[in-house]
Amino acid sequence: MIFYASKRILFTLPIMLGVTIVCFALVHLAPGDPLVSVLPPDASQVIKEQMMALYGFDRPYHEQFLRWLWRALQGDIGTSIRTGRPVSTEISKAVGNTLMLAALATAIGFLLGTLFGFVAGYFRDTWVDKAASALSVFGVSVPHYWLGMVLVIIFAATLGWLPPTGAGPGGSEDWKWNWVHVQYLILPAVTMSVIPMGIIARTVRALVAEILSQEFVVGLRAKGLSELGVFGHVVKNAAPTALAVMGIQLGYLLGGSILIETVFAWPGTGLLLNDAIFQRDLPLLQGTILVLAMFFVVLNLVVDVMQTILDPRIQRA
Amino acid sequence: MPERAQEILRSPGYWVTVWRRFLRDPVALLAALVVLGLILMAVFAPWIAPQDPFQGMSLQRLKPPGTEGYPLGTDELGRDMLSRLIHGARISLFMGIVPVLCALAIGAAIGVVAGYSGGWTNTLLMRTVDVFFAFPSVLLAVALAGALGPGLFNGLIALTLVFIPPIARVAESVTTGVRTRDYVEAAKASGAGALLIIRKHVLGNVLGPIFVYAMSLIAVSMILAAGLSFLGLGVKPPQPDWGLMLNTLRTAMYTQPLLCALPGVMIFITSIAFNLMTDGLRSAMDIKT
Repeated sequence: MIFYASKRILFTLPIMLGVTIVCFALVHLAPGDPLVSVLPPDASQVIKEQMMALYGFDRPYHEQFLRWLWRALQGDIGTSIRTGRPVSTEISKAVGNTLMLAALATAIGFLLGTLFGFVAGYFRDTWVDKAASALSVFGVSVPHYWLGMVLVIIFAATLGWLPPTGAGPGGSEDWKWNWVHVQYLILPAVTMSVIPMGIIARTVRALVAEILSQEFVVGLRAKGLSELGVFGHVVKNAAPTALAVMGIQLGYLLGGSILIETVFAWPGTGLLLNDAIFQRDLPLLQGTILVLAMFFVVLNLVVDVMQTILDPRIQRA
Repeated sequence: MPERAQEILRSPGYWVTVWRRFLRDPVALLAALVVLGLILMAVFAPWIAPQDPFQGMSLQRLKPPGTEGYPLGTDELGRDMLSRLIHGARISLFMGIVPVLCALAIGAAIGVVAGYSGGWTNTLLMRTVDVFFAFPSVLLAVALAGALGPGLFNGLIALTLVFIPPIARVAESVTTGVRTRDYVEAAKASGAGALLIIRKHVLGNVLGPIFVYAMSLIAVSMILAAGLSFLGLGVKPPQPDWGLMLNTLRTAMYTQPLLCALPGVMIFITSIAFNLMTDGLRSAMDIKT
């Protein structure tokens, strides 16, 4: 077990290195001058060169990469060109908000998804099953940014029950777990939960149907175990895979929150990314993508190792 | 000739069976008809659209659906919504299908070569693919489109790069499964070269599953592309595009809610039709994934 975990971690290191190379290359893929957003268009050549030297853009690529990587390992991923603050400060402010939103959305999606999946798997080919499948097709087909707009139109603009956008009176600085603030979280979280709900419902339905068709279930019933007891066995068998899918979905939501955060003006990493792109703040863009991608890699690793612990049947070489 | 042999001779081929099974699935058939209708709408947009999608009437801005002369209303610049929605199908379908086709060509090539070669070639190719897989798809698309800048062509590149890793992975795993089959071993033993074996024995058995998988990505690609346009990273105005229309109509969310939800309805219908069609095809081909 420990052998497998350490091997898995070892295999992740080259991937992480690859991710840093991609993040670094992104900035150099960008057309035009990286300093275009800070320098006035009539800046003299001397000032341009000084600024290039200050940010290190005048050095050869491999040297820039190694310097950037070395600093990143020490927790310094650059300075935002627009605000002049360290990128890590900007991200750490935003990442908590996104984590809160994505975790709540995953929880809602997991609860509803497993519920629909179990019902559909138990009552296969009945109308309940068809309704649950329709719901999961809806979940994977709906453009969620549009669903967000529709929910705003219904619950904020028309009914006036919930606030349309933002993160409460204090903005992102002053979050509290009270109704004044939590009401801002509801619409974006519900919108976001639709994607994992569809995928988890589909997975759980297939799992439950597969488990119920196995011989040990027939055996359990033959020995006179109650339906509730059988259900317990089904849950136990389905849990590792379902939880793994949930973990991966959380990662996707964390990295893919930009659209929903833009719709709801939610002050997380997605909105930060949006600002970075449109203000051409390349260090901020690079840093945010790096942090989000690393998060995803580590989360995948954790999920994989956890799954092996939870489900000893999985043989991993 | 004995009856059994005749029966075998008369039994239809694989694709005929798949086609017949697909025809018996009403949901999939309906979805396929909707897809066909959308494609025809996109192709013949200039002839179907009642008005010029670029021509705005400044006195007719943000008219609700049902206004005389504008069955689906007008947008924030007084342009006919119906005509813009019809023309919008062009970019949306293009961005749904073309990136997936490009990624299919490249990803399948990478996956088949990696799966057939095994060893170091496999390790090198698949670990590179894994690096791109380490980015959530939305993040990778936004990052690439953000770095390259807005535009149809940059969006195409970004989405192609997003879909190469998953297709390559599926192609690799299917090919690895086929590689050790007896007929491939037999071909090897009889002295056939790698290219010949891949062409004659491997491709025929792996392209079906890879193709179906790629088809399931069309809806994802379209939603992502519209999402990029929605963020302002896709096509530039005044081009009629469903994602961009959602973005520009956001300001009218309180005054004309029905109107500004319309482009999203089109995206939704298209993606649901593609998804249901793919589901039908998958069960007709009896692929379990």
